[in-house]
Amino acid sequence: MSGTIKDKVAVVGVGACKFGENWTSSREDMIVDAAYEAYADAGIENPQEQIEAVFCGAVYPREGTSEIAEALKIFGKPISIVSDYCQTGTDAFRFGALAVASGMYDTVLVVGFDKPKDRGVSGPSVNFDRVRGLPSTPAGWFSLCAARYFETFGAGREDLAKIAVKNHHNGTLAPKSMLKREITVDDALNARIISWPFGLYDCAAQSDGAAACILTRAESAKNYRDDHVLVKAVTIAVSEHPQRDPNFDFLGWKPTQYAAKDAYRQAGISDPFKELDVIQLHDCFTLTEMLTYEDLGLIERGSAKDHIASGTFELDGELPINTDGGLKTFGHPTGATGVRMIYENTLQLQGRAEGRQVKNATMALSHNIGGPPTTCGIAILGMP
Amino acid sequence: MSGIRAYGAYIPATRLPLSLIQGRPPKEGGPEKAVAYDDEDAITMGVAAAIDCLSGIDRREIDGVMFASTSYELKEKQAAAVIAKALDLRRDVLTTDFSGSLRSGTSAIEAAANAVGAGSAKNVLVVASDCRMGAPRGVLESKLGDAAAAILLSSDDVIATIDGSYAISDEFQDMWRSDGETFTHAWEDRFIVTEGYTPNMIEAVNGLFNKTGRRAGDYSKAALVAPDARSMGGVVKKVGLEGRQVQDPLFGRLGHCGAAFAPLLIVAALEDARAGDRLLAASAGDGAHALSFEVTDAIAKLPPRRGVKGHLDRRRPLPSYDTYLKSRNLDPKEWATGADLGLSATIRFRERDADIGFVGAKCTSCGQIHIPKTRVCCRCHAKDGWEPARLSDKHGKVLSYTFDYFFPTAQPPTIMIMTDVEGCRVQVQLANAKPDEVKLDMPVEYVFRKIHSAGGKANYFWKASPLPAGA
Repeated sequence: MSGTIKDKVAVVGVGACKFGENWTSSREDMIVDAAYEAYADAGIENPQEQIEAVFCGAVYPREGTSEIAEALKIFGKPISIVSDYCQTGTDAFRFGALAVASGMYDTVLVVGFDKPKDRGVSGPSVNFDRVRGLPSTPAGWFSLCAARYFETFGAGREDLAKIAVKNHHNGTLAPKSMLKREITVDDALNARIISWPFGLYDCAAQSDGAAACILTRAESAKNYRDDHVLVKAVTIAVSEHPQRDPNFDFLGWKPTQYAAKDAYRQAGISDPFKELDVIQLHDCFTLTEMLTYEDLGLIERGSAKDHIASGTFELDGELPINTDGGLKTFGHPTGATGVRMIYENTLQLQGRAEGRQVKNATMALSHNIGGPPTTCGIAILGMP
Repeated sequence: MSGIRAYGAYIPATRLPLSLIQGRPPKEGGPEKAVAYDDEDAITMGVAAAIDCLSGIDRREIDGVMFASTSYELKEKQAAAVIAKALDLRRDVLTTDFSGSLRSGTSAIEAAANAVGAGSAKNVLVVASDCRMGAPRGVLESKLGDAAAAILLSSDDVIATIDGSYAISDEFQDMWRSDGETFTHAWEDRFIVTEGYTPNMIEAVNGLFNKTGRRAGDYSKAALVAPDARSMGGVVKKVGLEGRQVQDPLFGRLGHCGAAFAPLLIVAALEDARAGDRLLAASAGDGAHALSFEVTDAIAKLPPRRGVKGHLDRRRPLPSYDTYLKSRNLDPKEWATGADLGLSATIRFRERDADIGFVGAKCTSCGQIHIPKTRVCCRCHAKDGWEPARLSDKHGKVLSYTFDYFFPTAQPPTIMIMTDVEGCRVQVQLANAKPDEVKLDMPVEYVFRKIHSAGGKANYFWKASPLPAGA
């Protein structure tokens, strides 16, 4: 029987650099901007003394942990780096939370970062080093559920377009988001096709960025902030490969279904739609957001299009989702995204989310799904 | 007596209407040539023809593969070995490449027949395939076409015996392509026809007549290669043949398909042949080679196959000359090509059963098939209990699809599909289809194709293709 991390670890500081095509800043710049904002948020004045360990998530770098040590000038301390597709950030957060919960450290720093815009290509690299499966792009992976889901439940590209419109709107309200431009359903439907049914606006904005948070033991959280938030659950799950699983039904993704079950168990949540107040979920593509509504157990399988039509998940709806614009417009520096969601959910719970603030939010979920997809990370934060 | 046991052919569905070369719109029924698309080459076409040839035949019976081509890309690396692997043949198969000459198709047939006749092999598969390139808008471009033929030579179940052959060698420089060159060169055409092609073909055919005691009138069909219809006419008349005896050389439909030309015309002649018919075949290139066949009663029992006719009827004309250039990799590229080693040779080595042979692993406990192979079964979790399961000759079903416009190809989008084959999931590209032709649950077959090139080497894998009506 697995245990739970509920109420053992607190988030006492968050920070993020501006997400975008950061041509003028290096990975070091972004790591330092995010970490030092988190330090200030937690009131940490002497990080080289106060931070006992660092847990990082990044997909693109090959330099290992020295890069982070050199950026933050934290030496002689444990620094770890994890890399697992798009749930990398949540996994870095999970390792940090587990390390604190174990009693090994009082205070740790979690940093997620990535800088894909130094590679010379727009969008992901097309993978040429494998024999099978070309073209191997994330759009190609995630779009494979569309044809079957659309035919089974009568949904279509128009439903996806409305998700893009919502997230573009929310992005205009987040100071550090990459894209700040409202779009219309027609804009989304008429954009060039990337991988059917995904047009340009159905795809997340790949960007540079870094986000950070400070974790400490729940009982010492008050030393940093009065309005700290608590970790209610954090988990990851690795599923069958959807391109090989002989039982895969193309109607939803198993990684999220597995991870949600464990996260709700840890947090003691039985009715997620009622008990959660705000959600940041992994909208790498609009279809991912649509199917994740159902994979998270928020609504009935096949009912997403009805909830999209009625605005359930809009900023003023019953359960606002991707309040900062999501991957779609805040940007998606792969390793940073999970930590950016912790940043946004912490601000929402503390009432610091300004124009995009959700009223009376006390329980917030963040979700990453990655790979073909095969891996999902979920974190739930709540007020004490 | 040794002879032909089975035959097969492959002609790419992609066609270039010749008027597009001059910038004029294509006319219905106008002249065209068959074009290997950007995922095809001499090897993939050869595999397709061989699969057609071996339909209904246990592949474990094959003792040898002889591959004839002038357009296989690599040196110091055999093509026949790739074909044998793609066909999932026995490991103790004798593989041989015949190259260098446009006459190598009939050379391979003769060598295979001799091996069978001498008793050193029972079944030898000859695969002839060519994908020659004429320079863009040059004279040769509209004359050359791409195709493959496969002929199984055997001592048993023979549908046509070989009852004579005669070859001459002539040092004559008509066509050539230097190492590293993409395009075929030719000397002046009147010189080639007057001093090379015509006298050599006549000498070979007459030599065959003298050796066998047969005359032109003994043959119901004559499958003769030629650079063009007019040159062929000169040979036909001089050896005493009449026009009705001449096998249609497919000018304006296929084009001169190099080493595959004579074998392909033999296949076309056999498609219409009846027991007792005599067939004459002759190829040219550095001399000429004539063969004589007599069709046996067994031809009536040969199961139906796609052959030349089936493939000629399946056409996908290119929309523009620009698309032709892209599909031939003749357009300048904005994207830098990787100057790397290409795919890892060690990974290719470990995964050759799945990648080249399209052979998966079937769990001996529960029957679940995995491709590529795995150690622990996904269904019953049994470890290391596997038997090979060839999937290349099975039909699949489309479970889902997407149209990828991001991946650079000659004619976007690339259609990616998820298929179910024998209860096993395989994600592949779909060839021979446009997006509006893709339907959930439609049946597909698997075809051997070139997925991309990396490090200057073709990377072969299997794609799906819509199952032709009636297949």
